[in-house]
Formats: sequence, structure tokens, C-alpha cells
Amino acid sequence: MENERKLIVGAMVTLSLATAAMIVVPFMQLKDVPAPEALAPYTSEQLRGREVYIANACIACHTQQPSTTGAGIADASRGWGRASVAADYHYDNPPLLGTMRTGPDLFNIGARQPSADWHLGHLFQPRAYVPGSVMPAYRYMFEVKDPGSVAKGERVVSLPPGAVEEGKVVVAKPEALDLVAYLQGLDRTYTVLSAEEAEWAASRLAPSRLAKEPAEAVTDTNESGNTDETKTNP
Amino acid sequence: MNPTALLLATFILSIVGLFAFIWSMRKGLFDATSSGARSIFSKDEIGQTEEPSATAQQRRSLQGVTNANERDSVSQEGVSPTEIAAREAADRSSALPAYVLFACAAVWLVVASAAGLLASVKLHAPDLLTDTAWLTFGRLRTIHLNGVAYGWAPMGLLGLAIWLLPRLLHTPLQGGRLVILGAALWNGGLIAGLGGLAVGISAGMEWLEIPWQIGSLFAIGGMLIGLPLVFMLPRRKVHHLYVSVWYMGAALFWFPILYIVAKIPGVHFGVEQATMNWWYGHSVLGLFYTPMSIAIIYYLLPKIIGRPVRSYNLSLLGFWTLAFFYGQVGAHHLIGGPIPEWLITLSIVQSVMMIIPVLAFSINQHLTLKGYFSALKHSPVLRFIFFGACMYTVASVQGSLEALRSLNAVTHFTHFTVAHAHLGMYGFVSMVIFGGIYFAMPRVVNMPWPKPALISWHFWLVVAGFSIYIITLSIGGILQGLVLLDPARPFMDSVAVTLPWLKGRSIGGAMMTLGHLIFAYHLALMIIRSSSVPSSVPAPAPAPQQITA
Repeated sequence: MENERKLIVGAMVTLSLATAAMIVVPFMQLKDVPAPEALAPYTSEQLRGREVYIANACIACHTQQPSTTGAGIADASRGWGRASVAADYHYDNPPLLGTMRTGPDLFNIGARQPSADWHLGHLFQPRAYVPGSVMPAYRYMFEVKDPGSVAKGERVVSLPPGAVEEGKVVVAKPEALDLVAYLQGLDRTYTVLSAEEAEWAASRLAPSRLAKEPAEAVTDTNESGNTDETKTNP
Repeated sequence: MNPTALLLATFILSIVGLFAFIWSMRKGLFDATSSGARSIFSKDEIGQTEEPSATAQQRRSLQGVTNANERDSVSQEGVSPTEIAAREAADRSSALPAYVLFACAAVWLVVASAAGLLASVKLHAPDLLTDTAWLTFGRLRTIHLNGVAYGWAPMGLLGLAIWLLPRLLHTPLQGGRLVILGAALWNGGLIAGLGGLAVGISAGMEWLEIPWQIGSLFAIGGMLIGLPLVFMLPRRKVHHLYVSVWYMGAALFWFPILYIVAKIPGVHFGVEQATMNWWYGHSVLGLFYTPMSIAIIYYLLPKIIGRPVRSYNLSLLGFWTLAFFYGQVGAHHLIGGPIPEWLITLSIVQSVMMIIPVLAFSINQHLTLKGYFSALKHSPVLRFIFFGACMYTVASVQGSLEALRSLNAVTHFTHFTVAHAHLGMYGFVSMVIFGGIYFAMPRVVNMPWPKPALISWHFWLVVAGFSIYIITLSIGGILQGLVLLDPARPFMDSVAVTLPWLKGRSIGGAMMTLGHLIFAYHLALMIIRSSSVPSSVPAPAPAPQQITA
């Protein structure tokens, strides 16, 4: 090859093709997808919590995408919820889909674990709640204090015995409270199908999987949404 | 018309177009010989080995291997002094910018290794150092990734590109100061970016964590480092552009475009950001690190053994198929995710099509080395780049298979993916950079490596560590994936099953880090010793001949 112009032009054409397929067409296809009615925008506290989630790279270990293939088939039975759709991420900038499941999926963590006390205590010392967990202890989001020095309005974390030394209390810093507000808000258990779509979907299911009504199946996973981490909740 | 048929029709049309395009550039595609492959050799140079990192003894043995193979074609007269002088001038013109980039690469290698090793240990010792925000797992992992992706790998690759281009185009480097300015901007951006990640300033997308306000320095720096190519192409003294120039030239153009498109503020939204994220994430691997590393192999491998690439036209096919397929594979990171299904299918198809450029490269490499494998015993650089080239094949074939839905079901979301990423970025790219720096540095500072034994220590430590790393983490990942697939087993089983393998990974990682410290020490020693010799004074004319023969 002698002609550098052919090289550069060719290289740009192949890159443009890839960009068109991977960015431009999805952009056009997805840009008018509305938010699901049941999905509320984030509160400012939740948005701050989302920033804490991003700053600490929680996506390094947690996905937010119950999947349609592979492990996704087990996702519903673990209480992680239905497979996510594009509209679920309407308010997410950026979406925190994640690529690793060193920890469980958090798409619906707010539904399966609504307790702020559980989340705060778990962030302070995950192993006090989930034996064998490898999640880091986020001790720097908390202050360990003498009970007498707790100021009015500070959130004292209720912890299982042994999680902090005798005679001390643990106070959550604002970043921990924001993060927990975000996690509590992660609840996409609403249905994303219209009545006709749900009926159509049911008609496509294999008979063996038709045991439950689709709508019922959705609620069912929410209520039985106890993962192992929540079972040890004191 | 249904979408599947449309997609299929588009796909077939593009493939036909692609091959017609390749055909237009080169008729007689599968001829075994080509004068193009010889263009990196001076007249009468074929049959002459070049191995600046080898000891005198090794060089004699290496030349012996080549002499045994090329008995007929080895010239007795040697290379003409004018051509040697021209190459010497080319090497001198690129010495300072290459030197700066290599030194930066080594610093980031040590930083990224330390962050990676500590992150690895924390995954099985989660209560270690939890009182400091920047020392938590998530931030260290991000620092490690960005330190490699924007520090070690691009600095090393760009340094080698800047060093190789004058040799390949037979013209002194133009715009060396722009390269140094670009490197300064880039490194400034990286220091700010990693510092930001440590205090929690992150854009939240993998490979793109550094916010655009800082990251724009990478785009500007990358363009400045690429400019010399634009200046040198019109002044080049070779008619033919060698295969390495295509790969490097295209990659130098691709990187800033990829980065700018990915980082334009205010355009990307919702799930479209996820498709963009993986378009970038995989394209930066496939259209930047990979072609740069392949370019280095295509130059060094023939040079070291003194024999041109066997099937030059196969490398042309490999280049254009890589350019076409590799940009479209990214959505395989989102299999089962909330993005359009056609996009995932497209990416799976193109991931499998990647087998074409990979086989083209692997076959070519094998044919070139055929009969010369004993040269591996005598050339330290060849060992590194041969290992890297093999890992490219392994990583790519593994990647194509991993993109298939049935296998992806097991490996997606597990540590297996991390092992796979290291097979590519470490086994392939990093090993090639090591080899490249060992080859180029003696020319850059005009002195041999001070302690050749350290090169062997480095090689065997990282190869052993890397093997432990890949084997343990792949096994751990598969076991993890199988537990995740089984609804009957509690989630915590998937954590417990990986623990022994994660510890194994830390052992492998520690050995690799030790190897990197040896490499960095050796490089520092060379820099200190060379600065006591006035390096700006051109060495006596026969210098390259001494290093060559």
C-alpha cells in the first residue's frame, strides 16, 4: 500500500460505520423512549447518594441490570427482579449497569432491603450482617464517638453487638446517609408492560413456565425478595 | 422488511464492500512474496539480525540461527554505510521524545501495579485499610485501570511509535517538541485524573471515569503526539508504506476521535450512554492498543531474525478486517442488558468475525518464524514479543468465544472477564511494550542495558506471575459463573467459591509487580548511567554496526 490517503480515508470509513451502528442508530432509536409512569425522578438527596456510589466505584462489584440471559434466569429467583429495559434508566446519567457481580445486583435493592438501619450498619461493617462477605467496610463514612459527644441531629447507627468497641457509638456522616437514601430508592419493581403486552408475552411462554400469571409473578419476586444478605438481618 | 433480514443484508453488503476495497489496493492477495515486506531492510540487510538488548554472546548465536537458515541470501558485503548513517540519524531524531515517553510509561507501570496489587489483596482481605477513602477497593481498582489504560500502555506504545516512525519512513522525526508538549499535557491530565479518582471525582463509566474537563487533555495530547506522522508522511523517502505504518497511522487518528466522541458533554443519555461506553471501551482496545502493538511486532520480529514477513498480503487483509470488525464488537459487554437486541447480535457476529484478522496475523507470524524458533533462546526482545503475539491469538480467540451467548451466560459478570482483559492488556500489549522498550532504549541512550541478567529475571517473573494470575482467576470466574447460574444455590456461595482463586491471583500479581520493579530499576539505572556520558554528541559512525553485528 503506497497511498496514505487511502489509508486514512479507509480508517475513517470503518470507524464511522462502527460509530453509526453503536451510537447513532441506538441514539435515534432510544431518544424518545419515555420514563415509565411509576418511575419517580431522583430526589436531590438520592442524587448526592448516587454521586457517592459513583465516587466509590460501586459498579466495580455491583450490577444494576437483572439480565435476560445466562445468570439473568436465576436473577428473578434471587429476588433481583424482572429484566431491566431501557426506560428504567430514563433518569440515570450515566446508567450504572456494571459488569461484575462480585456482589449482588442492586437494581431493586430498595425493594428487597428497605431498612436504612440495615444499610448503614452494613456499610459500616458488612461482615456483621453477611458472614463471608468481601465487601469493603466503609468506615470512613462514619465516625466512632463516645455516646456523650453525639450532637443533636446526628444519626447514630444501630449495630449488632461486637461491630464496634464497647462503650462507643457509630455516627453516620452525610455521605453515608445520602448513599443509603439512593440505595433505598432503587426500586424498579413496577411492571413495564401494558395489559396487552403482558397477555402477548404470556402467550409466548412455554406451558411449563405458565404456572403463574405474569403480573402475579412480578409481585411474587418482590415479596420473596430476600437474598442471603437480608436473611442475616438481626 | 424485518430487522433480521435488513441486518443480514447490510452485513453481507459491507463484507463484500470490504473485500472489494482490499482487492482494489492489492491484486494477487495471497502471493507469498512481496517487495513491501523488504522495505524495512536496507539493501543487503536481509539476513542481518538486529538485537540491541542482547549480549555479544547472544548476538553471535542469534546470527548463527539466521545464517543457518539464509545461507544463500546472506550478503558478505554487509549493509552500506550511508544507509546505516541514515538510520542512525533517524534514531537520533526521535531519541529525546521516545526517552520522555518511556520514562513516563515506567513510572505509571509502577503506580498502576501497586494499585492493582493492593486492590487484589483487598478482595480477600476486605477489612484491610478501610479508614481512608482513596484506599478502598473501588477507587484503587479504578486508579489501576486508568493508570494502565492512560498511563503505562499509551505512553509505552506512543513512545515506540515515535521511535519507529522515522525508521519506517526513512526520514528524521518532525515536530519532536510537539511530542514532548503532548506528553506533558497528557501526563498532567493523568496526574489530575488519578488524583480526582482518589478523592472521588469520577464520571462513572468504565474506561471513561476521568471527567471530560480533565480528559480533554488526553485528546489534545494524543493529537500532538500524532502530528509528527502528518508532517513526516509527505517528506518520507520510501515509496511504500510498511504494514506497521498502516496500523500505527490509523491508530494515531482513531484514538483522539474515539475519545472526543465518547466525551462530548451533553449528548449521550440514558442507556445510549451504555452502548457508547462499550463502543469506546472495546474500540480503544481494538483500534488503539491492539494495532499499535501489532505494528511493533510487525517491525521487530522480522528485524530481530533478519527475515522479512512471509505473507505480506495476509497482513493487509488482517489490517482491514481488524479496522472493519473491531469497532463494532463492544455491545457484547451488554449481552442480556437493556439495549436493543439487534445491536447485541451485531456485536456478537462481529466478535466472531474477528477470527479473520487474528488468524491472518497468527499464521503470518508463525510462517515468518518457521525454522527460526531457536532464536527465542538468544534474543530477549524476541521472547517478549513472541509471548505477546501468542497471547494476542489466545485472548482474541477466547474473546470471540466469550461473545457467544451460551458461553457468555457463564462468564458474564464474573472474574473470568477480568482474567480475559489481562490476557489482552497484559499478556499481549504489555509484553510487546516491554520487548519494544528493551529493543529501542539502547538506541535511544546509545548504550547497552547495564545488567542483561535483569531482563531474564523480569521475563521469567512476569511470565510465571501472569500464568498464575490467568489460570487461577479464570478457574475462579468459571466456578463463580456456574454458581450464579444455579438458582438453587445462595448468592454467597458464588463469593465463597472464588476466595482461594482470588488469593492465587494476588500471588501472581505480586510476582508481576516484582518483575515491574526490576524493569523500572533497570531502566532507571540505564538513564542514570547514560546521563553521565554526554549523549548529545553523536556516537562514532560505526556505532549501529557494533550494536547490530
